[in-house]
Amino acid sequence: MKKLLSANEAIAWGAYVAGCSVAAAYPGTPSTEVLENIAKFKGEINCEWAVNEKVATEIAVGASLAGVRTLVAMKHVGLNVAMDPLMTFTHIGARGGFVMVVADDPSMHSSQNEQDNRVLARFGRCLLFEPSDSQEAFDMVREAFALSEKYEVPAIVRTTTRIAHTSTPVELGDAVRTVPSAVPYVKEPSRNVSIPAFARKMRYKTEARTEALKAVAEASPFNCAEAGTGRVGFVASGVAYQYVKEVFPEAPVFKVGLSFPMPIEAIRAFAAPLEKLCVVEESDPVMADALRAAGIPVYEPKTELRMMELNPTRLAALRAELAGEAAPAVPAPAADIPARPPLLCAGCSHRGPFHVLAKLKATVTGDIGCYTLGVAPPLSAMDAGLCMGASIGMAIGMKKAKLPSKRIAAVIGDSTFFHSGMTGLLDAVYNQTPVTVIVLDNRITAMTGHQPNPGSGRTALGDAVPAVSIAAIARAFGVPRVHEVDPYDLAGMEKVFAECLDSGETCLVVVRGPCVLNEKKGGKQISFVDPATCRACGACLRLGCPAIVRGEPKTPGSKAHIAAIDPASCIGCTLCNQVCPFGAISNQTL
Amino acid sequence: MSNDIQNVTNVTLVGVGGQGTILVSDLLALAAMAAGFDVKKSEIHGMSQRGGSVISQVRFGAHVHSPIIPEGGTDILVAFERTEALRYAHLLKPGGIFLVNHLEKTPVSVSSGAQPPLQDPDARLAAYPGLRLVEAEALAKQAGNPRTANVVLLGALSRDLPAISAEAWQAALHQRVPAKFLDVNLRAFTLGASS
Repeated sequence: MKKLLSANEAIAWGAYVAGCSVAAAYPGTPSTEVLENIAKFKGEINCEWAVNEKVATEIAVGASLAGVRTLVAMKHVGLNVAMDPLMTFTHIGARGGFVMVVADDPSMHSSQNEQDNRVLARFGRCLLFEPSDSQEAFDMVREAFALSEKYEVPAIVRTTTRIAHTSTPVELGDAVRTVPSAVPYVKEPSRNVSIPAFARKMRYKTEARTEALKAVAEASPFNCAEAGTGRVGFVASGVAYQYVKEVFPEAPVFKVGLSFPMPIEAIRAFAAPLEKLCVVEESDPVMADALRAAGIPVYEPKTELRMMELNPTRLAALRAELAGEAAPAVPAPAADIPARPPLLCAGCSHRGPFHVLAKLKATVTGDIGCYTLGVAPPLSAMDAGLCMGASIGMAIGMKKAKLPSKRIAAVIGDSTFFHSGMTGLLDAVYNQTPVTVIVLDNRITAMTGHQPNPGSGRTALGDAVPAVSIAAIARAFGVPRVHEVDPYDLAGMEKVFAECLDSGETCLVVVRGPCVLNEKKGGKQISFVDPATCRACGACLRLGCPAIVRGEPKTPGSKAHIAAIDPASCIGCTLCNQVCPFGAISNQTL
Repeated sequence: MSNDIQNVTNVTLVGVGGQGTILVSDLLALAAMAAGFDVKKSEIHGMSQRGGSVISQVRFGAHVHSPIIPEGGTDILVAFERTEALRYAHLLKPGGIFLVNHLEKTPVSVSSGAQPPLQDPDARLAAYPGLRLVEAEALAKQAGNPRTANVVLLGALSRDLPAISAEAWQAALHQRVPAKFLDVNLRAFTLGASS
């Protein structure tokens, strides 16, 4: 059976065929589709959206210790959250096969930083697989389960955006699922409880395991030399291998698929007859450093290849450098094309709160999600943004630092609040820090494509469950002021936000409105501008709504343009009606 | 460069989030696979969905390595919108086929007055010898659903890809398009192919 699959889909198939029984993940681009596709094997793989990557990893650890094959998936920064369980689990060791899928995002297409998680696999002494296409993703996941179980080692399958979201043909074979019999569960505290007395023994066991795995890596079919002509040879893994094959099709290449432990001796033999060994890797010099440490000379290119995604164009510059030629000219884009950045959708429930916060001149710490777009002009309503859940901690720190601005608001989405905002809120209550936490609650994880979360009322498998109330959590924590407001009532929000920001107490405001992409507003009313009343003041344009456009000149030849509303985009949210000082915009039935 | 790399066909598809570029990339990749080719389809999700500029790339041939097309190596650039056509025009090979939907979606940066509008788009497009304009929106209405403009463009693209048989296109459409929208999409494809 041959299918066109993204690596994320192929990983789900690999888990299915390998007999994975339990899977958990937290959504994050470019990893999200791994669990979404595993959920299609409902009934055979028990899977869930966990509240965060740490919990997801702990669930997978529990399942592995219980003796079954288990997979956990996350984006690159998710592993920062999950490092704590991983770094001790690597000492305890897997029982049932344990596979962690981590998707890095070089060039930060949809991420807040660029980090190369291959470093963390070495740090954690985990097996590391780097598929270079979807077929390998399918094959490597199955091998990762087998080796993890055999050597009791956590296995990481690391993809990048260009692997995770590229579709290539995959031969699935008969795609028959084989579930190995569970490793019998034995209560064995000296193995599974990492108190210091036991952990010291585990520490030695971990290093011995890594030594044994070196031989596995040297012999792995995923690590192989491909013959070629010329005296310059290449070492590459993941998508970088594909770029090398594209740009240096004639050259000898050592393809690394199982990259921790590194197959050092096999590469030493490959490099021996070569004049120059070039290691092409995206982001950090992980393999180059390991080879140099083993005494294998590695060429250091002058062409910059360390930051952002690689591509054939950048490698063409390396080819020219190796040939002693000038880099080929790269066609430049036209400089005057108007920008089209991503925007909050027309009618988005996040727009109103940012408009109000800007009006109140609040200092706003932001968080991770669609609403991070509140930073963009014309809303320009965000001062700082860091990582999942950080809005609340940063707001507490700014308050304690006695920022001149008395109005400090942390703005966070519902899924991010459940992920790691709750602990920050508890800290504010405990330490009596008067910050205002504004939760933009659209009852879904919107940015990554509408995955359910504890507030949604359903699970990854589509089962109905009670929806968790954020206001109830805040009250249970002892937050002195808890409010719920309507994101389409600007005056109401302004009153509540101002009261909270000036109250000197810890406050939480839940702004409740569904994601308009997820739950289309049923109304047939949309906003219209009365051209005779509009004075072309531009107040409505400052909402940054993609449905509001510059219309005709106010008077013929005038530089001021009246506003117009695109009926195809407008959903009748009425925010523009409310901000118009002249009453020129009203809702009308289509 | 070896033959198998020279024999790869490179298609870049650009547009605005929500125009259906991803469906068209899927259909192209499935059709190329049905026609017996190796294929790679690469796209970027996430932030780009929110009304931003979007790009995906499909490469097919005897054997495809890189998922990304070298800059200036696109054989056919399919633009679902005029501003996006000019934004990515530098990716096109000199003399390459430039299939452009005759549609302007004004970016908010312009409609809000923050940036000047695109200057002389028609004249700039006309400078490309491989330009072919498609009235995809009008043909989609004719097919029976304005939302099939993307599949009209796929039909128009099929004219430039004789290596993919009619059967392969049909197989892809039947496999990927939900049954209740199949007929209208087949009509849109045919109208595009005869445009």
